[in-house]
Amino acid sequence: MNQDALIYLKNISKSYGSQMVLDDFNLYIRENEFLTLLGPSGCGKTTTLRILGGFETPDKGTVLFNNEDITNLSPNKRQLNTVFQKYALFTHMNIAENIAFGLKIKGKSKSYIDDKIKYALKLVNLDGYEKRMPDSLSGGQQQRIAIARAIVNEPKVLLLDEPLGALDLKLRQDMQYELIRLKNELGITFIYVTHDQEEALTMSDTIVVMNQGYIQQIGTPEKIYNEPENAFVADFIGDSNILDGIMVKDELVQILGANFSCVDSGFGLNKPVDVVIRPEDVELVDEKDGTITGTVTHLIFKGVHYEMEVTANGFEWLVHSTNCFPVGTKVGIHVKPFNIQIMNKPESEDEEASHVEE
Amino acid sequence: MLKNKQKLMLGLPYYFWAIAFIIIPLCLVIYYGLTDKTGAFTFNNIASIADPQHTKALWIAVKLSIISTIICLFLAYPLAMILVNFKKGKSSILVMLFILPMWMNFLLRTMAWQTLLENTGVINTLLQTIGLPKINIINTPGAIIFGMVYNFLPFMVLPIYNSLAKIDINVVNAARDLGANGIITFGRITLPLSLPGVISGITMVFVPALTTFVISAILGGNKILLIGNVIEQEFSQTSNWHLGSGLSMVLMVFIIISMIFTAIFDKDGEGLI
Repeated sequence: MNQDALIYLKNISKSYGSQMVLDDFNLYIRENEFLTLLGPSGCGKTTTLRILGGFETPDKGTVLFNNEDITNLSPNKRQLNTVFQKYALFTHMNIAENIAFGLKIKGKSKSYIDDKIKYALKLVNLDGYEKRMPDSLSGGQQQRIAIARAIVNEPKVLLLDEPLGALDLKLRQDMQYELIRLKNELGITFIYVTHDQEEALTMSDTIVVMNQGYIQQIGTPEKIYNEPENAFVADFIGDSNILDGIMVKDELVQILGANFSCVDSGFGLNKPVDVVIRPEDVELVDEKDGTITGTVTHLIFKGVHYEMEVTANGFEWLVHSTNCFPVGTKVGIHVKPFNIQIMNKPESEDEEASHVEE
Repeated sequence: MLKNKQKLMLGLPYYFWAIAFIIIPLCLVIYYGLTDKTGAFTFNNIASIADPQHTKALWIAVKLSIISTIICLFLAYPLAMILVNFKKGKSSILVMLFILPMWMNFLLRTMAWQTLLENTGVINTLLQTIGLPKINIINTPGAIIFGMVYNFLPFMVLPIYNSLAKIDINVVNAARDLGANGIITFGRITLPLSLPGVISGITMVFVPALTTFVISAILGGNKILLIGNVIEQEFSQTSNWHLGSGLSMVLMVFIIISMIFTAIFDKDGEGLI
C-alpha cells in the first residue's frame, strides 16, 4: 500500500436501488494534495465525497483514514470538514456564530474561539463581518464564510462539493485563485468535486476523471489534457477531434485514408484505434503542403484565437488557430507526430467505463 | 402593468367582501359591546368578564386550549419529521391522509366521536363485551380536549411540516459535519429553523380551540361551559347581544395577543401554507 496515502478508498461499491453509482472503486489520496474528482453528473463523484464525509455508507468496501477504518463512523466524529454546494450556512445565526459552531461543540474557550473567528475571517478576506447575517451576504461571500466555518476546526482534509457552482464566471475565477492560496496557506488536503474541467485543470495537483462509477484516468492536469487514456477523457477535458484510425504499423497511423506519422508504438499491425487531436494542434497550411486537404466551413472569432471547422475527407475538424482562414478557403491539414494521441478502442461498453490503473 | 384604476376595479369585489363581512360586523360587535339595551354607552358588558361564572368559563377555555395546543404540538412535531423524511411520493400520500378527514364536515366528525365515546356508546359496548371496565370520558374536560386535539391536529402538522420541508438537508449535514451529534443538531439547527412553523401551528390550534363552542357542546354535553359557549348562549338563548358582544371583545384581546406573538416569530409568514 502507498506509504504517504492519507485516505484509501478500498473496493467501494454503492448503489441506489438498481442503479450502481460506484463499482469496486479504489483511490488513494495523499496528504497535502489538491485532488479533484471530475466527471459528468451521475458519475459518482458526489457520492464518493459523501462517503468520505460520512453522509453515505458504502454497500461494500472500506474507507481508511490514516490506516484506521472510518467506514461506519458518523460525520461528527471524522477529522474532515465539508463545504457544501449551496453553502448551507445556518441562516438563524450571525457569521460569528456560524464560524464558532464547531468550536463551541468541541468546548473551546471563548478567547480561543474569538481569535479563531478573527483569523478565519481574515483568511477569507471578510474581516469585520462577525455580526452580519448570512442572508445579507452575496453568494461569493457566503461561500467564503462556509469555507471559514469549515477550516476553523483545523480538519486534516477539506471536502468541497462543487462550491463555486452557484457563482458567476468572474467570481468563480477569483475564487479559484483564492482556493489555491488557501490550500497553500493551510497546508491541508483538499478534495474537490466538480463537473467543470477548466476549474479542475486550474486548481488541482491531481485530477480523477470519473464516468459511470468508474475511474477513467488519474493524473496531473497536464497529463490528463495532453495524454488522455481514452476517448471519454479526451472528449470531457477540453475540445478535441476524436477520429477512427488504423495503426498501420509502429509510428504510422491511417486517419480518413491518409497516413500520419505519430510517436506511438506497440499496438500491432493494422489495429483499429481511437485518435485524439486537440483543435490547437491541427495546423492549417497551404493546400499542397497538407497531409490531407479540406475546405473551411465555419469561422468564429473567440478572442484568444479563431475557431474554425474544416471539412476534410468527410470529417469536420475543429481547429483553433491565431491565423484566420475565411470560409470557403481550400486548406491543407498537418499535425505534428507528437500531437497525435493514439488510444486503444474499447471492446465493449463495459470496458469503456472500466477502471484504469494509474 | 395595470393602471391604478384597473387595479381598483379588480379589487372591488374584495373591498366589498371585506366591508360587508368583516368591517361592518366588527363595528356592530364593538357597538353592541359598548352599549346597553337602551343604547347608552357603557363598559358594563366588558366588565362582566369579572363575573365569577364568566371568569371561570374563560379560565376553563384558556386552560383546555393550552393543554390541547401542547398535546397537538407534541403529536404533530414528530409526525411532521417523519413525513419530511419520507420520499416525495410517499409523503404526499401521508399528508393527504391527514387532510382527508378535514374534507368531512367538522360537526359530523365531532358528533361521530360523541356516539363512539358515550357511556352506552360503541367503545364502551366493545369494552364491556370483552370484559373490560367502562370508561367515563364523555362530558368531561378530557373529552373536550380529545375533540380539540382530534379536530385541530392537522392545523399543527401542516405548518410544521412546511417549515421542516424547507430546511436544506445540507444545513443539517453541515451541523453533523462540524461535530454536532443528533441531539445538538436538532436543538441548535432543526428546531430553531422550524420555529416559524411551530408558532403558526400554535396560533392555528390555540385560536379556534379558545373560541370553540361546538366541541364543548357536543363532547362536553353543555355541562362544561367554555367562554365560547357563554357567548353563544348570550346570542342564541338569552338574546343579550350586548353582553355577548362585550365578552367577544374580551376574547378578541386574547386572540390579538397570540397573533402579535406569531407576527414577531414568523416575520415572513413562512409557516403558513
